Amino acid sequence: MTLSMPLVLVAVMVVLFSVGVYLLLDRSLTRVLLGFLLVGNATNLLIFLTSGAFGAAPIYGEAEPLEMSDPLPQAFILTAIVITFGVSAFMLALIYRSWRLAREDEDAVVDDAHDLELVEAETLTTEEVTDEELEKTPEFTDSDADDDQEEDR
Amino acid sequence: MISLVPLVVLIPLSSAALALALPGRRRAQQLITVVALTAVVALSGAFMWIVDQQGTLVMQVGGWAAPFGISLVVDRLSALMLTVSAVVLLGVLLFSLGQGLADGDDETPVSIYYPTYLVLGAGVCNAFIAGDLFNLYVGFEILLVASYVLITLGGTGPRIRAGVTYVVVSLVSSILFLVSIALVYAATGTVNIAQLTLRIAELPSNIQLMLNLALLVAFGIKAAIFPLAFWLPDSYPTAPAPVTAVFAGLLTKVGVYAIIRAQTQLFPYSSVDGLLLVVAAFTLVVGILGAISQLDIKRLLSFTLISHIGYLIFGIGMATSAGYAATIYYIAHHIIVQTTLFLAVGLIERHGGTTSLTSLGGMLRAAPVIAVLFFIPMLNLGGIPPFSGFIGKLGLFTAAAELGTPGAYWLMGVGALVSLLTLYALARTWSLAFWRTRAAALGGSNAPVPNTPEGLMLQGRETALIERLHDAPDALPLQEQRETPALMIAATAGMVGVSLLLTFFAGPLYAYSVRAGERLAQSELLVDDVLGNPVEIGSGSGNNRAEGYDPRDSRGGDSS
Repeated sequence: MTLSMPLVLVAVMVVLFSVGVYLLLDRSLTRVLLGFLLVGNATNLLIFLTSGAFGAAPIYGEAEPLEMSDPLPQAFILTAIVITFGVSAFMLALIYRSWRLAREDEDAVVDDAHDLELVEAETLTTEEVTDEELEKTPEFTDSDADDDQEEDR
Repeated sequence: MISLVPLVVLIPLSSAALALALPGRRRAQQLITVVALTAVVALSGAFMWIVDQQGTLVMQVGGWAAPFGISLVVDRLSALMLTVSAVVLLGVLLFSLGQGLADGDDETPVSIYYPTYLVLGAGVCNAFIAGDLFNLYVGFEILLVASYVLITLGGTGPRIRAGVTYVVVSLVSSILFLVSIALVYAATGTVNIAQLTLRIAELPSNIQLMLNLALLVAFGIKAAIFPLAFWLPDSYPTAPAPVTAVFAGLLTKVGVYAIIRAQTQLFPYSSVDGLLLVVAAFTLVVGILGAISQLDIKRLLSFTLISHIGYLIFGIGMATSAGYAATIYYIAHHIIVQTTLFLAVGLIERHGGTTSLTSLGGMLRAAPVIAVLFFIPMLNLGGIPPFSGFIGKLGLFTAAAELGTPGAYWLMGVGALVSLLTLYALARTWSLAFWRTRAAALGGSNAPVPNTPEGLMLQGRETALIERLHDAPDALPLQEQRETPALMIAATAGMVGVSLLLTFFAGPLYAYSVRAGERLAQSELLVDDVLGNPVEIGSGSGNNRAEGYDPRDSRGGDSS
């Protein structure tokens, strides 16, 4: 029984995790996808590392059971790879669609208009809403938004 | 009966394959979906009865004995969750049949809705019968991938925007879950939940704490508990009404179910129970405050959904059998009622053309049936006696009083307050959308009777307002007001009926929950069921094959 720690694998895993998390936090969806792929592979390495010391191929009759590698993490990794593959394909489709819909924003994550609107919206009560109040609600005025943009320029 | 256990997953999955193979034939797809989900309802109902009579059903897939093969476990909690989920899936399916979601009139692809819906059902059922952590993960992934497709159905701009948030957050939680599984396996050498009960107890307490927190974060994102819930109100409301309804009812509850399993079976003497109570309080309060500030009914309901997850976490955090019992009853109640409310909102959207409280009004006169169908679950969610929401909260508060710690009493206060605030938020919704006159909703300062000339003038303004809504940059997409198909109303009424059944049969159901809760509080019972009496399927060679190899041995016990 060897106690050699596969240090190289640990180092690779750490690098993959850190780079992957960094990319996941990016606003560009393509980078998010790359980050997900890196983190997914880092996780696969982590699962692989849980099998402990390396041994012979875990095939019945090939080696003594005590000399074999632990086959269970390998089964986990296979499943995880398949899932990651499927999800990545879906993500690609999603990113493509997002890019088609909003070319000017490239492929970035879009703000939630509702959230932004709610910040400025008047409190709504059961009392009747007057015309003036309705005018103040941002969704009914497009002039304000234009003014803001002009100021920005 | 035991060999029927995997059918709750296999029937929806194979039906999904069959439905996918018939892309153009909508009628056939609908028939397959309805038949499959009806079968799942019948099966899970039978499981509930049998499990209650004869004890836990454990199936060792392929005849491999317990810690080596895949165990499928149906105990009282699983059986109840299966039944409630199957009923919800069927009810929402009938609603979407009525809505003609798959007809393409909501810009949806014709052929993928029903198969994806079935896959979602299969994933949910798989999560509930999983006897090991990895199978639970696979169940989560099945339902998540199906939910990615459903939440972005049609690929319109808002749905893609919401879908991106949802997908990325779910991916992160899945990765965290997988990492947690890897850590659990590294520490114990098994992923079988029953065996983990034994092995985790042997670990040093700091490692137990780390594993517990890792799993809790992974499940917490899915269950939408307080600091991890902000993705939910962003993403759920944009999906089609039936999809939102089924997500709201089921997906977060799968996360809660996983938390229950983790806290009762993996970490029965967990030190994070106190933390769970704090998290529950924050979930309750922050969720309901979010709901009160919303102007859109769907978003408002999404926030009440988050808020009421707090009640479930409250029950789990108490870690007593009474607390678990109340949680179990409350989950059943909450799945049904939250789904019903979202279906009622689907009716409102269909009838009124929008879900924005700024433009809805006068629906009590225009659609009295919808008003009633919203009113009953509203009172139910708010916890008005004699509805099931009241019974569930009463159970929680009784359990808290029995526990008697200051934290439990604090949470009773918070829970009562949130119950009132829920009622406030929903009653305000009801009075804005149904009670006030249409004219008041459109900004008329003195709400005239529609028949007067003034009223007619106001109707003219209505069209003008709708045009302005279309022109406004961030306006809600105001759909045309359409006839509400009878099947949609019937399905919603059916769900309201089911929620009332929870009240009528509260006695037997609560007694069942108590029995389930008592079992959860004794983690060794499930261990005996799964490991103690391995059930032989087929040739009985499982025991022989399973002998001789234990992953823990090969590594010389270096894990601890």
